[in-house]
Amino acid sequence: MSPERSNLPRGLSGWRRAINVSALTGAWLCAAIVILPLALIVWHLLARGLPGLNLAFFTHMPKPVGEPGGGMANAIMGTLILVAIGAAIAVPVGVGAGVWLAEYGRGRFAAMVRYTADVLAGVPSIVIGVVAYGLVVVPMHRFSAVAGGVALAILMLPTIVRATEEVVLLVPRSYREAALALGAPRWRAIQEIVIPSASAGIVTAIVLAIARAAGETAPLLFTALNNRFWSLRLDQPMASLPAFIYDYAKAPYEDWNRQAWTAALTLLFVVAILSGILRLSLRRSHGGR
Amino acid sequence: MTVDSFPIIRTALPDQRGAAPPASKPGQPPAPPRIIVHELDLWYGATQALKGVSLDIPDRSVTAIIGPSGCGKSTLLRSFNRMNDTIPNVRVKGQVTISGVEIYDSSTDVVELRRRVGMVFQRPNPFPKSIFDNVAYGLRLLGIRDRAELEGRVQQALERAALWGEVRERLGGSALQLSGGQQQRLCIARALAIEPEVLLMDEPASALDPTATARIEELVLGLKASFTIVVVTHNMQQAARISDRTAFMLSGKLIERGETRELFTRPKEKLTEEYITGRFG
Repeated sequence: MSPERSNLPRGLSGWRRAINVSALTGAWLCAAIVILPLALIVWHLLARGLPGLNLAFFTHMPKPVGEPGGGMANAIMGTLILVAIGAAIAVPVGVGAGVWLAEYGRGRFAAMVRYTADVLAGVPSIVIGVVAYGLVVVPMHRFSAVAGGVALAILMLPTIVRATEEVVLLVPRSYREAALALGAPRWRAIQEIVIPSASAGIVTAIVLAIARAAGETAPLLFTALNNRFWSLRLDQPMASLPAFIYDYAKAPYEDWNRQAWTAALTLLFVVAILSGILRLSLRRSHGGR
Repeated sequence: MTVDSFPIIRTALPDQRGAAPPASKPGQPPAPPRIIVHELDLWYGATQALKGVSLDIPDRSVTAIIGPSGCGKSTLLRSFNRMNDTIPNVRVKGQVTISGVEIYDSSTDVVELRRRVGMVFQRPNPFPKSIFDNVAYGLRLLGIRDRAELEGRVQQALERAALWGEVRERLGGSALQLSGGQQQRLCIARALAIEPEVLLMDEPASALDPTATARIEELVLGLKASFTIVVVTHNMQQAARISDRTAFMLSGKLIERGETRELFTRPKEKLTEEYITGRFG
């Protein structure tokens, strides 16, 4: 041991311990602050939404003003359909673009794609609604489920693209090399080794994108609009939970306000169940990994 | 100073196993070299990693490439199956001929080349799939779909890699549950399954413990009867234990090559002697 060691100041440990404790407390407080809003939301939703929750809410149609009861079967179905249309467009395009960026993305065009995706992620969702209005509603001359789906797809796209790129880049280079060294053409190495290895991360990205899209109201306001009737037609306006929450929450009828809470709770369930199913299917297809 | 003053290296030399490759038995004409490297230059962008390397690698023998870190030994190895193609801005000049085919010819099918020239990497890199699917991957790439044929070939490859007995009961289990040494033998089995002519090994034991290393070395000695093996290693004792011939590289140049025993006991070049006696590297 060197003689200098004994000259080190020794009085610090108490001070350091104090800093340690306060830093730890601070970090713990920050974590609590993060959890607090979520816990409050869930608690509030349960408290206000549960009283209105019954089977009829899921199976019945909305009743006209003044008539008590009724449900939101059409809005639940509508949200599922709209998200499905959005995912059907955004998942293949987004995953494809993300994989391309990760595997081949060099040069100016790739930089442009990345930049565009980042900007798109920051565009207010109502603006995306306007874009879908111009792209789909105006040429079709009517509000439609397709227009809503397109709006949600645009909304989901940047999340899926950038997250896919990141998780594909995380796949160890050695996997690619192993596949190539066995004589795999590059496309097969990507398709059979790289993408399956990154699938957990890709599914997480899709779940996040779907969760966000399912709760969006603004892009649907002038695309899918809303619909008080049962409709599965993709070229007609379609009901959705966020749109109903928006309408019912600001309506001057107590019954509607209560149903808005229940709809919000239902939306939370829908998102939770969707992501649960996706994760479960992933686990099944990859033998517990 | 000679190597004789360094007992560690001397005792590691393959006295009993015989250093002569089987190709040079008396009475038989020597087989033509499996790999012929002629005046090979390679650049990564502006940096030259290989400088005029010429080297013959005989059939059915183990050739070790040694040298300090960054000397270009891995680059040379990876130029034998054109793995360097995957790195952007790589430029190659010169010839590499394997089994009579010039592999840098524009008409060469890289996919077919890599089927004939298998590779095992420094870190075990099994796919996150089952043990069976790992070994079957290369076979499936070749279009083999018949279950019975796949099973037969997978078993044969695992037996050759001395892993069959340990995994026969759990072929469906994840390859990632195996130990590091088992994973590396799995990677060897995976490479052997498609029956390559040449097996390239890039420091195949450097990430393994001594016991696992010994098993890999044993395996290499057994495999040279059927395959031409090129091993890159920074471990000189290992080179001495397993190789018939050794090539010493420094700063992208091939300094000396020859019979392993010869090179370690009577190096012709001063740089070789300095390296194997541990004066640098």
